[in-house]
Amino acid sequence: MATLDAGVRTGRMLIYRHSLAVRLSHWVNVLCMTVLLFSGLQIFNAHPALYWGQYGADGDPSFISIQAIGDGGQASGLTYIGPLTFHTTGILGLSEVDGEADARAFPSWLTLPTYQDLAGGRRWHFFFAWLFVINGLVYLVSGLVTRHFRRDLLPARDELTAAHIGREIADHARLRFPKGQEARHYNTLQKLAYVAVIFLLLPLMILTGLTMSPGFNAIAPWLIDVFGGRQSARTLHFLAAFSLVAFVAVHIAMVVVSGVFNNLRSMITGYYAIRRGDQP
Amino acid sequence: MTRILTRRRFLIGASLTASVLGLNGCDAIVESDRTNAVLKLAEGLTMRTQRLLLGDDALAREFAEADISPTFRSNGTNMPDNARYIDWMNRQFTTWRLEVGGLVERPMQLSLGELKALPSRTQITRHDCVEGWSAIGKWTGVPLAALLQAAGLKPEARYIVFHCADEYEKSLDGSGWYYESLDLIDAFHPQTILAYAMNGRELEVGHGAPLRLRVERQLGYKQAKYLTRIEAVADLGGIYRGNGGFWEDRGYEWYAGI
Repeated sequence: MATLDAGVRTGRMLIYRHSLAVRLSHWVNVLCMTVLLFSGLQIFNAHPALYWGQYGADGDPSFISIQAIGDGGQASGLTYIGPLTFHTTGILGLSEVDGEADARAFPSWLTLPTYQDLAGGRRWHFFFAWLFVINGLVYLVSGLVTRHFRRDLLPARDELTAAHIGREIADHARLRFPKGQEARHYNTLQKLAYVAVIFLLLPLMILTGLTMSPGFNAIAPWLIDVFGGRQSARTLHFLAAFSLVAFVAVHIAMVVVSGVFNNLRSMITGYYAIRRGDQP
Repeated sequence: MTRILTRRRFLIGASLTASVLGLNGCDAIVESDRTNAVLKLAEGLTMRTQRLLLGDDALAREFAEADISPTFRSNGTNMPDNARYIDWMNRQFTTWRLEVGGLVERPMQLSLGELKALPSRTQITRHDCVEGWSAIGKWTGVPLAALLQAAGLKPEARYIVFHCADEYEKSLDGSGWYYESLDLIDAFHPQTILAYAMNGRELEVGHGAPLRLRVERQLGYKQAKYLTRIEAVADLGGIYRGNGGFWEDRGYEWYAGI
């Protein structure tokens, strides 16, 4: 086989790292989360303030809000987080649309559609929310059936010691990544990050989203209590979304520093190259 | 089939790609009718799933007096500015009547006094605006089911349409009058009431005096204010732009359970 011959010459070999189910659900997820983020910011723009508790509207205290203050040349965008005020003109609160300053929380290049359209944002959000949930269920079932979770994601006991994790953090900080046989598996930090996203953050997104639905509240009133109210759920939905954005930023950075081509190939074809010479 | 990429095909492909990648192209996809027809499949899926899980009579959460919002935001029209409404208002709605008609056996006209004499229901519920904010208020009114039973729905009636006294979007053809509609499942739901009191007081003009709809398992835009006429119909196609409500005619979901 051509790949193996090439591998012998260069001292590398290709291992089958990602199953078809993992690769497909990964890319469907990329599509869904992209659309959900940008359409979600469109929906947020319709009422750019976050509250805690059962209710929250203009007359109630918010702890995060994005506003435009003043008119014309004096206008500025302000972002309030708790007692702090940030001047965010140009990005948050006030940003340019076709060369003119426009009062909008998130700028047009971060919203779907680019112009103010709550109804349109909701159509995109709910369609891709359904696709996201169906994709997630397929992934969960296949992960259990193929033992992907137990085999690839569950950290071993010796991986969870402070010494081991400390060493991995130090290696990551020096951009030294596992090579050879060690690179056949996810490292512990990867496992912990993926477990947190798959089993905590993504379910939190879905459940806080459903808690905002008055119809779903009648189906499962206990969800309102779990999150302490619809407005709390809305706030958590927003914070969890930005935690996911932070995860994706780190994820992409790690893909870049540990080999863009190799990582991308493995998530497209399934095959990941490791150094042959490192074999025992 | 030849796999050679001809110059013409390359140009078509390149310009399609460019239009997809460009901002304007992005909005072109967003505005395409076919795209929106696909996206709207989600509304039907949401409604069928929620209805399946809800059953017909699952109740919306009811709250305690202590949970009531200190200020309840008034949204949409705050003061209908047409002569007919202002005249009613100046006479404390003594000349106002609610008409119940369409596909019913016994069309009715009810004064505010007659509505208040009927058995009532009081509920403290959360109002969720489609924009994202919520407010909790206490509503007292007549269960819609009682009125519909008194009027007697004809067998072909499928929807109840609520006509309002506010023209929310000024237009020459009269297409800007506020209206809403429910199917019979939500119309006969025990928490669906025609409210004439809010937080223990007469309903204020800003909140839809003298009578507004409360349908507690759906979003704020379904809670039509300034009611004048209730009409039972077989389908929604012939009413205004045919989508079953003012906001529905402007792109929002008819089923506003999410």
